[in-house]
Amino acid sequence: MYQWDFTFLFKYSSLIASGIVVTLAFTIATIVAGALLGLIIGMARLNCGRFISGIIVFFVEIFRCTPPLVQLVWFYYALPVLMQVEISGISAAFIVLTLYVASFYAEIFRGGILSIDRGQWEAARMLGMRYWPMMLTIILPQAIKRMIPPFMNQSVIQLKTTSLVSTIAVPDLLYNGMLITAETYRPLEVYTCIAIVYLALLFPATRIAERLENKLKVGH
Amino acid sequence: MEANTQMAQAGREKMIDIIGLNKWYGPLHVLKNIDLTVRRGERIVIAGPSGSGKSTLIRCINRLEDFTEGSVIVDGTDLAKTTRRLDLVRRNVGMVFQHFNLFPHLTILENCTVAQRWVLGTNRAKAAEIAMHYLERVKIPDQASKYPGQISGGQQQRVAIARSLCMAPKVMLFDEPTSALDPEMIKEVLDTMVDLARDGMTMICVTHEMGFAREVADRVVFMDRGEIVEQNDPISFFRNPREERTRNFLSRIL
Repeated sequence: MYQWDFTFLFKYSSLIASGIVVTLAFTIATIVAGALLGLIIGMARLNCGRFISGIIVFFVEIFRCTPPLVQLVWFYYALPVLMQVEISGISAAFIVLTLYVASFYAEIFRGGILSIDRGQWEAARMLGMRYWPMMLTIILPQAIKRMIPPFMNQSVIQLKTTSLVSTIAVPDLLYNGMLITAETYRPLEVYTCIAIVYLALLFPATRIAERLENKLKVGH
Repeated sequence: MEANTQMAQAGREKMIDIIGLNKWYGPLHVLKNIDLTVRRGERIVIAGPSGSGKSTLIRCINRLEDFTEGSVIVDGTDLAKTTRRLDLVRRNVGMVFQHFNLFPHLTILENCTVAQRWVLGTNRAKAAEIAMHYLERVKIPDQASKYPGQISGGQQQRVAIARSLCMAPKVMLFDEPTSALDPEMIKEVLDTMVDLARDGMTMICVTHEMGFAREVADRVVFMDRGEIVEQNDPISFFRNPREERTRNFLSRIL
């Protein structure tokens, strides 16, 4: 029978803590940047002609239909060779995770806007509202309510996806766990601990998301 | 008497002038050579079987619907030549939809003030004052702080009328305003429309309510399969329909 012993982990608490900081920093930074980029992409697809829209779809689908791990490795190893520039692990990780989440956010934003009944657009236009006032006062307030649940869901996935950056030596929670394992040869305790930390970070987030969702259902 | 009113009408300026209007949806010819002139203060009822192009026609008047050929001139502005600032034309043309299309996330009062504030730049207090004035006219000022989902269909449609009136439109278009309503709510909406007609509003109503047509219309326009089959004052229209298709239609709905 395996003898569990978690006590040695206290020695590594600062490494775990710094891993949490890196993981959270990557999550928040890529969610914020991804949301902005996703908004731009989503709006561009709604407002541009078929040609530009087609180009956007092409790039969005590359990021939606390839594994983020492959994207990460490609950006870290292949792109520097092609462009003859050096990209640090952190930059590559930030760029890839941002583009990846932005491609999903873009579809969430676009879908949310398109889901608003045609009658709402017509009523706003009928009243003489121009595009942006109509968007800001009529369409977006309704669309955002519908976007929030899938947005939260995608953001939860994003936190977990950041663990991939460990493969290109970015010292996130998982990478630091791997360091501790290499030093202590106790992977069971280490990875159990890492899993619990991820759970502790995300469980409150999913609760908040659910509460928010229920609140939106009741409200107008 | 009849001749006198017609002479008076003829003297009034043209509010809407539709000339040679054609529209195709792909191979489908949905509006065929429509000519229709509506003068200031005139009340027109457009009747006809479903799919005859009535709604499409009035939706061309504020360009919610594009058209293929012809002109639609609204108060001197030719919509066929206007591509950039349609909003300037639209603010003068109110419209009431079959399904109300109130903004569900805004209160009744906000439904009536949002366009005033964003389109006309009216300040908050003045916009609310105008909104309350029209909500009183449609007899629901007490519901102002509720949301559309909390009031009945008839009340929602009356709010939709008030919402349009707040923009001080020169013309009001009604697209089957009572078709989605429970029977007991139809009257309250029709009464509101009759009031509006009495006040001299230029109105074009697509409706199956022939009682309303008899009571307020200056002219009934009958459409079938994308064309205007005949038009006449309501008394002659109902008593002596000239065309076979009109007689068929009337025999089915009266």
